[in-house]
Amino acid sequence: MSLMTEIAILVLAAFVGFEVISKVPTTLHTPLMSQTNAIHGIVMLGGLIVVGYANDPLEYVIGTIAVIFGAINIVGGFMVTDRMLGMFSKKPKPKADADKKGGA
Amino acid sequence: MLLAVLKPGGDAATALYIVAFSLFIIGLKRGTHPTSAKQGNMIAAVGMAVAVATTLLLDGMGNWGLIVIGLAVGSAIGFVASVRVQMTEMPQMVALYNGVGGGAVALIAWSELRHGISLGGDIPLEELIPTLLAAVIGSVSFWGSNIAFAKLQDLIPTRPLSVPGQQVINAVLLVGIVAACVDIAVNNGNPSQALFIGILIAAALLGNLVVLPIGGADMPVVISLLNAFTGLSAAAAGFALDNVALIVAGTLVGSSGTILTMEMATAMNRSVGNILFAGFGGAPASGGGGSTEERPHVSIGAQDAAIKLAYADTVVIVPGYGLAVAQAQHAIKEVADELEKRGVTVNYAIHPVAGRMPGHMNVLLAEADVPYEQLREMEDINPEMPRTDVAVIVGANDVTNPAAKNDPDSPIAGMPIIEVDQAQQVIVIKRSLSPGFAGIDNDLFYEANTSMLFDDAKKAAADIAAEIQNL
Repeated sequence: MSLMTEIAILVLAAFVGFEVISKVPTTLHTPLMSQTNAIHGIVMLGGLIVVGYANDPLEYVIGTIAVIFGAINIVGGFMVTDRMLGMFSKKPKPKADADKKGGA
Repeated sequence: MLLAVLKPGGDAATALYIVAFSLFIIGLKRGTHPTSAKQGNMIAAVGMAVAVATTLLLDGMGNWGLIVIGLAVGSAIGFVASVRVQMTEMPQMVALYNGVGGGAVALIAWSELRHGISLGGDIPLEELIPTLLAAVIGSVSFWGSNIAFAKLQDLIPTRPLSVPGQQVINAVLLVGIVAACVDIAVNNGNPSQALFIGILIAAALLGNLVVLPIGGADMPVVISLLNAFTGLSAAAAGFALDNVALIVAGTLVGSSGTILTMEMATAMNRSVGNILFAGFGGAPASGGGGSTEERPHVSIGAQDAAIKLAYADTVVIVPGYGLAVAQAQHAIKEVADELEKRGVTVNYAIHPVAGRMPGHMNVLLAEADVPYEQLREMEDINPEMPRTDVAVIVGANDVTNPAAKNDPDSPIAGMPIIEVDQAQQVIVIKRSLSPGFAGIDNDLFYEANTSMLFDDAKKAAADIAAEIQNL
């Protein structure tokens, strides 16, 4: 991908982000933050790539820590968001937590 | 070991990343209403699963043992934390998540640079500059978030802490970081790893020094801002790694953090720069703050409060962080239930900065099973205040201070407030007449129609609920 294509993607994503997120009511701002924490866990992909192609000890350590950090964000973020949003729905539904372990 | 089928940077992998970020956007869009938000969160989680699976299937991936260890350890920590965390502790948790996110980005940037050096240097600038940005923002976010976490968790004092010459040190650090980045970029044929590590350390110091002087009341802004930073750092890492999923997801997170930061700053009537660099509470409190002599006020007990509430038609409850500290949300809900049984209309007026992060109070009340229809935003409830019989303030202070509207010299002048002074009667549940975060006296306490109930919020609420039952 060329640099300019990537910048175009960034700018469009910023407009989409502002458009969508400015419609989230104040009531849901805390779950929004924990959900964006989880989405930020996408950086785990970078960690996976570092470990996956690493061939010296320091790289192993750097990459594994990055994967741990990312997985904390993904699993912790999505699960705590789910827990909070469960409190907002009137009738607590039966738990269905099994399917969002972040693809582990 | 696994099917290694996808070419890194190839069309198939990119297509799957596009699917992933589309699911993030759909998930966030569902997050605009309480009833669909849970499903939206699931959709975003599926998107994440797609992104992770795609990466694991990239051709040439190895070191599976380490990958499994990393995934297992991180998932276990995240799982336990998300199950155990109290809703009052959500700000700390989000601060910690911001931190580890930023930390991951800084580490990935470091590895990217090492990778470039190992290939004989000559890293193209369009890759090197985002790598440097990711390193700086990631490191600042990691350390800044850790300080925010420590403050929220009361590991270090929440009051503003600063060292002499703080602004100068920050400026020197910033200039040093920029200079080192320029040096690496100019010498991209043979970038110095030592200098890069120096950048990481300087950014770490800067993160510490910027957040330490910020007081507890400004935490909602700091957390939102660090949230925005981590998003930006992820987008920068996306440029460095040529990964479209990182660019889009990072930008989405960055937009969200930016919107929340601006909303919080507006709700405090202060600029983000002022919050970051002025150190509220540390600043001299001009006007209003000096009058410490006892002023006349009306003090009542739980029984009187119960009578006032039980014979009202409309009651508005104004919760503040004191309610969260006292864990009084369930007791307050009991009072509301008793009142509703008697036909009283009860609403909750939520100031945007009630609590320690955006929307925090709403989560605490939702935890106590308060229906979200009763959680009213400030602009929405203020017009109804003159028609409200009793406003009950629980653990809130500055956000109800009429001085924000009436006294142009007040430090909080212009801050939007919940206009409880317009209500027919006001009951303030508070331990003492002590000032709030802003360090100024609250004129509301001395109004003729205000009654003070001096007690712990939880105990007072439980007593009032019992008294209403006995009426």
